[in-house]
Amino acid sequence: MNDLARSQNQETFVLNLGPQHPATHGVLRVKLTMDGEYVVHAEPVLGYVHRMHEKMGENRTWAQFMPNTARLDYLGALSYNHGYVKVVEQAMGIEVPERAEYLRVITVELNRIASHLLWYGAFVLDLGGFTPLLYAFDDREHVLDLLESVTGSRLTFCYFRFGGLYNDVDDNFVGGARAFIKRLRRRLPDYHNLVTKNIILIKRLKDVGVLSAEMCRKYGATGPVLRGSGVDYDVRRNEPYSVYPELDFEVPVYGEGDSMARYMVRMDEIEQCMRIVEQALDKLPEGPVVAEKVPKILKPPPGDYYSAVEAARGTFGIRIVSDGTNTPYRMKLRSPTFSNLSLFGEASRGMLLPDALALMGSLDLVIPEIDR
Amino acid sequence: MILSEPWRLLVFVAGIIAFIALNAAYLVWLERKVAGHIQRRIGPKEVGPFGLLQPLADGIKLMSKQLLVPKGVDPLLFKVAPLLVLVPAVMSFVTIPFSEKLVARNIDIGLLMIFAFASVNVMGLLLGGWGSNNKYAVISAARAVSQNVAYEIPMLITVVTMIMLTHTMNLNEIVIQQAGGVWNWHIFANPLMPIAFLIFFICSLAETNRAPFDLGEAESELIAGFHTEYSGMGFGVFFMGEYANIIIGCGLATILFLGGWQCPFGILPGWWWFLAKVYFLIFCVMWIRWTYPRTTLWGLLNLSWKILIPFSLLILLLTGAMIKVWPLITGAS
Repeated sequence: MNDLARSQNQETFVLNLGPQHPATHGVLRVKLTMDGEYVVHAEPVLGYVHRMHEKMGENRTWAQFMPNTARLDYLGALSYNHGYVKVVEQAMGIEVPERAEYLRVITVELNRIASHLLWYGAFVLDLGGFTPLLYAFDDREHVLDLLESVTGSRLTFCYFRFGGLYNDVDDNFVGGARAFIKRLRRRLPDYHNLVTKNIILIKRLKDVGVLSAEMCRKYGATGPVLRGSGVDYDVRRNEPYSVYPELDFEVPVYGEGDSMARYMVRMDEIEQCMRIVEQALDKLPEGPVVAEKVPKILKPPPGDYYSAVEAARGTFGIRIVSDGTNTPYRMKLRSPTFSNLSLFGEASRGMLLPDALALMGSLDLVIPEIDR
Repeated sequence: MILSEPWRLLVFVAGIIAFIALNAAYLVWLERKVAGHIQRRIGPKEVGPFGLLQPLADGIKLMSKQLLVPKGVDPLLFKVAPLLVLVPAVMSFVTIPFSEKLVARNIDIGLLMIFAFASVNVMGLLLGGWGSNNKYAVISAARAVSQNVAYEIPMLITVVTMIMLTHTMNLNEIVIQQAGGVWNWHIFANPLMPIAFLIFFICSLAETNRAPFDLGEAESELIAGFHTEYSGMGFGVFFMGEYANIIIGCGLATILFLGGWQCPFGILPGWWWFLAKVYFLIFCVMWIRWTYPRTTLWGLLNLSWKILIPFSLLILLLTGAMIKVWPLITGAS
């Protein structure tokens, strides 16, 4: 940090990264104080797509809020669906049929694969490699087609219902999911050959943007960012929910804490997601997909409920306070990338601009979810 | 048919400018097609057959756009910069032999002249970035300059090696020396030459700001780099200059190492072979661009100062030894 201390007395300039900038993937603005190409200070400025989702939650019935959950993180929307139905079911004490739980896991994990694929493409695009983006989109397209066939939408899913699902899947979906996993298994080695083993990429990511486990804890970073810093924490395993305990999967953890570690965590997670989907498809029981005794008008008993799920970008926590009426009294959404972005200011000090942008890309930001 | 002097010159000027303009237009088309096929899509296909009229449509669009000069820029530098990129490129074509007879001016110091003009090119980028009064453009200009300075050195050392080998700076003369089959090309002159070719090719990638060395216009960092503020033909001229420089880089590589217009099989005219080799190299340039991610400035400078310059110096030394010392040892005169 000697360079940095010296630069305090030197001439610096402010570089406005965003709100419209190719590297921010949305309307995020980062106010950078630069000394040449070195970042002296970085300050994320939020709120350009603030839509008051939490306040909206207080003005809508419990069921009406469902579509909102899909519009937070539009790349991994099903996890957010899941988080919301889970906390309401917990409040209401609704039992979910097993088939529905399995299908929830299958669709959420497929969605996670789609999200990581998109991140992979966008991240390499940040690093200047254009081609992997289109390879990843090619595969992501298959996931979206699959999910479209059961949920009816391709991005902002609203598939889960309190006590189950909107509709059952057919054999086409099961066969299609298996075919897709077979296809992706064949394609992943290509991804690694094209990108992971590339010397330029390794030089750009290795030992760059190192986040200590300490810093991750300080800012509450979760998900692949946390696991890339050597903390073995995954809500799916540490606070098991749904049918995850019955499925055999590993939680990839890399201790280096650099951008490469976060990259590897996500690439390994794609493989684990495929394992989960395969097992869940094998174990998929017959039966109904929606619980029978779900009241038409939900009025959870008064109380304070919290529940968390592992979304593609980290822990999505949702806290609801019910006063026993048909609208929530308070709804608090804890979105993972908000915390993940918070550490950017401290972590990027003294970094070169391209490295800082590589770090930002490796955090996997989705701006509407940060602003909510 | 041999034209008399002033007419010959005019024909060549018109020819070179037409060649550059056509190439700039159709290399963009080619680049988009190559990128498309590398990325498992088709590329332009709507305008005309195979999208062949796309460059025309783009050209009309660029020319009909307002040449916007934003507030706060240095108007003179801002307007001059694109020309400073294009004009040296046009000038460099003067000495490039397309075939034995098809060369505008067969100058004895042709190689030197091309490198002299290539250095002016950097000024264009610098002034464009500086005159734009845009922070991204200034960062980009600073990057472009340090990159060009760093890569001119190994490139020139390689060229000096070639001059030692060929004893001439006349480009046509260099090509004539490589007559008679593939094995007489300078790339096979001695075991070091393939490495020299590689160094030259990497340097020409960096000189022309092409990926993976496109730090000057790193779009995910600097929006569009030094031409962020340019619109219409201001941007178009930068673009033409960039593609003209690529042609010159690949053309020089062809002339110095791959036998220029010499045909290996004795069929088809010389200019055909020259263009075929140049376009093959250009295809490789595009192939590299759509495969690799971008390096950082540090990585780039490290590659130049720690790898390319020592290696090119070593090649220079060994080639010198081969030329001067080897005959002494073997006793050949």
